[in-house]
Amino acid sequence: MKMDTYHRASAVGVLPRCRRDRANRLTSPAERPYRDKKTGQPMPITYTRIAIALHWVTAGLILAALALGLSMTEMPLSPQKLKFYAWHKWLGVTVFLLVVLRLIWRITHRPPPLPAELPSWQRSAAQVTHALLYVLMLTIPLTGWLMSSAKGVQTVYLGVLPIPDLLAKDEALGNLLDSVHTVLAYGLIALLVVHVVAALKHHWVDRDDVLTRMLPWIKPRKENR
Amino acid sequence: MRWSTPLLLLGFALLPAGPVLATQYERLLTEHSRIDFVSRQMGVPVEGQFRRFSGQIAFDPTRPEAASALLTVDLASFDMGSREVYDEVVSRNWFDVRQHPTAHFVATGLRHLGGDRYEVRGQMTIKGRTRDITVPFTFRPQGRTAHLTGSFALRRLDYGIGTGPWGDTSVVADEVLVRFHLVAAEAGATPPAARPGGRP
Repeated sequence: MKMDTYHRASAVGVLPRCRRDRANRLTSPAERPYRDKKTGQPMPITYTRIAIALHWVTAGLILAALALGLSMTEMPLSPQKLKFYAWHKWLGVTVFLLVVLRLIWRITHRPPPLPAELPSWQRSAAQVTHALLYVLMLTIPLTGWLMSSAKGVQTVYLGVLPIPDLLAKDEALGNLLDSVHTVLAYGLIALLVVHVVAALKHHWVDRDDVLTRMLPWIKPRKENR
Repeated sequence: MRWSTPLLLLGFALLPAGPVLATQYERLLTEHSRIDFVSRQMGVPVEGQFRRFSGQIAFDPTRPEAASALLTVDLASFDMGSREVYDEVVSRNWFDVRQHPTAHFVATGLRHLGGDRYEVRGQMTIKGRTRDITVPFTFRPQGRTAHLTGSFALRRLDYGIGTGPWGDTSVVADEVLVRFHLVAAEAGATPPAARPGGRP
């Protein structure tokens, strides 16, 4: 069995286990297993630590925002409800900012390639899902903010930083944006299910390293390399 | 309206005696006037207004010490643009409009601060609780009307507005900014034609 570059680097004591991003830089490009089809340039084998951190932080915040969003709209008016709305909005603003950072990071740091043996339809499906996830992670906070403006309630980040209202108060527009925000959020839930099921399928069915390269504290699959 | 009659009498009692020589403004043109407020919820300023109110005022800028005012606000005319909020705010924890349909302000004294600025002292009664308040305002004559504009911070818990679980001021702030723009007509003047909006 051929040892991958990361394990070779770890085995000779060059790298601590979790420093996968450094593995990309420290192992010589010639040793990297994947090459870009068009340019022939070696490709990174893992996500950077920043990319991994941004992924899991946004994942946690999005789940919290979804949980608050689903429960708060059903609640009768109470101080708890107002708190939930405020927290939901603060989470939304935070997710939006983090996703902008993620996009910048993704554009400037090439993600590792998918396994070479992956069927092309799955490759396309992964690209479409990831692109849509990014689109929704940006448009859901945006529609939430616009809805809030149209309903006449300014968004004040963390209760201290007022975010300007782009729209004037307009009840009909507010209700329309409310529906758009809700439909997009349910779309995000559906996509997240696809995203998670696909990741688990890679780990348990395909037994490749697609999940473990985003989960540095789980042992990577060795038998594939 | 159980409070209205005695307060009305009190209001008239405060009217200046004797002939009025200088310009006296006395009829409140409610259709041109506005009373609104800003409440802070989780740090977010949220606006609302009272659509129905009435009042008797007597104000002669040359004789501020003789001025009088009585304002009555119909609390059920509360509007923050949300049915859900309205139903909550008319309930017992907030205004309890069934028991206390109106709020009153009775002026007890007026002071000229200089220029067009004045300060009125008086008693605010909401939900059966009376507090002394001092409210600065500007006075600007305009044709045969006068515009009185001002604002003051009202502490809602002083009046038991928003009690029970709503007493948590980290959610709904204690201070509510009340803003008013009142238009009064000269004694005997015919009101100007109605124009849209009460603000200058």
